[in-house]
Amino acid sequence: MVVYVLRRILLLVPVLIGVSLVSFGLLQLVPGDPALILAGEEASEEVLNRIRQEYGLNRPLPVQFLAYLRHAAVGDLGISIQSRQPVATLLAQRVPFTLKLAFLAILISATLGVVAGIVAATRRNSALDMAALLGSLVGISLPIFWLGLLAILVFSVKLRWLPSGGTGTLAHLILPALVLGAASSAVIARTTRASMLEVLRQDYVRTARAKGVSDRLVVYRHALGNAMIPILTVFGLEFGYNLGGAVLTETVFSLPGVGRLIVEGIFARDYPVVQGALLIVATTFVLVNLLTDVAYAYFDPRIHYN
Amino acid sequence: MSGGLVVALFVALAALAPVLAPYEPLRGRLDERLLPPSTGHWFGTDELGRDVLSRVLYGARISLQIQVAAVGLALVLGTALGVVAGYVGRWPDMLIMRIVDIMMAFPGIFLALAIIAALGTGLGNVIIASAIFLVPQFARVIRGSVLTLKEKEFVEAARALGEGDVSIIVRYLLPNSLAPIIVQTSLRMATVLLTASGLSFLGLGVQPPSPEWGAMLSNARAYMITAPHVATVPGLAIMLVVLGFNLLGDGLRDALDPRLRE
Repeated sequence: MVVYVLRRILLLVPVLIGVSLVSFGLLQLVPGDPALILAGEEASEEVLNRIRQEYGLNRPLPVQFLAYLRHAAVGDLGISIQSRQPVATLLAQRVPFTLKLAFLAILISATLGVVAGIVAATRRNSALDMAALLGSLVGISLPIFWLGLLAILVFSVKLRWLPSGGTGTLAHLILPALVLGAASSAVIARTTRASMLEVLRQDYVRTARAKGVSDRLVVYRHALGNAMIPILTVFGLEFGYNLGGAVLTETVFSLPGVGRLIVEGIFARDYPVVQGALLIVATTFVLVNLLTDVAYAYFDPRIHYN
Repeated sequence: MSGGLVVALFVALAALAPVLAPYEPLRGRLDERLLPPSTGHWFGTDELGRDVLSRVLYGARISLQIQVAAVGLALVLGTALGVVAGYVGRWPDMLIMRIVDIMMAFPGIFLALAIIAALGTGLGNVIIASAIFLVPQFARVIRGSVLTLKEKEFVEAARALGEGDVSIIVRYLLPNSLAPIIVQTSLRMATVLLTASGLSFLGLGVQPPSPEWGAMLSNARAYMITAPHVATVPGLAIMLVVLGFNLLGDGLRDALDPRLRE
């Protein structure tokens, strides 16, 4: 187990270097002189030279990349062109919000999805099962931004139950988290259903039933624990997709998260912010996936990782 | 196969949009702004007095164009990478799969955002961004399929008969990988529409006045309270088309790969 975890951490190194390379390379991919992009079109030659000096743009690319890595490793992600604040400071203000939103969304969707999946699997081919299957298909097909607009219209404007945007209380987060978690609920429900059906077919479940164990006990004591293992992996993946979906959710509900930050950064051509946001989001996603894989290995004693 | 019906209807509407649309998609009448649905305008008019039905119909053409181009591009690139990784193995496999890992480290729309940040907005760049977003998923599926197939007896027999690598790939591996390729293509047509319309909704994709569905929704946001119909129809269109391709993909998987049927 320890060896497996260490090996997984080692395997992260090339991925994280690659992720940094993508975020570093972004500025090189933009057509035009990076100094001109950073300084703005009307910058004088003098300013351009200072920028080149400041950002080390006159050094060879590999040297620049190593410098970028060295700075990123100690949390120095450069200065925002627009606000002149350190990118790390901006991210520190925005990232916790998005994490909170994505976490709340996965919490809601895990609850909804697992319950719906169990109900569907234990009442296979019933009307409830069909409804759950259809509901999950619609769930993964809904454009999140449209669902958000409809949710605002119904729950904020018409019913006046929940605020349509802004931050402060938990109530402000409920609607965005529900909207963000809709697709995840659907995916988790589908996975739970399939996993439960698989486990309920196993011999030990049949043995338990043959011994006269009640249906409820069979499902919750004997089957659910084992069925949860594959579902765990989906939690991790869905958490990552929620980080992606947060870009749209934060736009619809005008929320101050990292998704909004990156979109505003792209509009303002504030590349250090875009690069920093990409780096931090990808790193978070990779770490979450590592955690779920380790949890998977921990909870499933049948699997030996060498 | 209800998914197939929805998809067929979508393609037909996109193809026939110029015939079916009662009005011009880009020209509006300012004295007919934000009209509710009526017999003259089935789905009402938008903030510039443009007919929503006509715009949604023309929007179908843009969606289909993005979907076909992006999925086609991703299919070619992803298949090439997947075949090389799965068939050649060794260091090319290592290299390709690490690149795939790196691309997949950017969750959801973030990879597409990175590409848009570098290339800029517009239809062509949306297609490129959406295609690159899909490449790792195709590469993984094809690699997996090739890995299992190349151990099969018929491939070994072909090799024993002296067939070359290219011939084995083209005559045996690709045709036998068609089932997962077709299923993936259908499912990814759904994903790509969500991504592309999401980019346009953010203002980073196809730009107004184009009747792209995501861009229409982005404009309609400001009139949600006074004229909710303007936002309802393009959103519903996206959902139905995505649902159609998802249903079609699921149906094809059941039909083409009986082992996966529950």
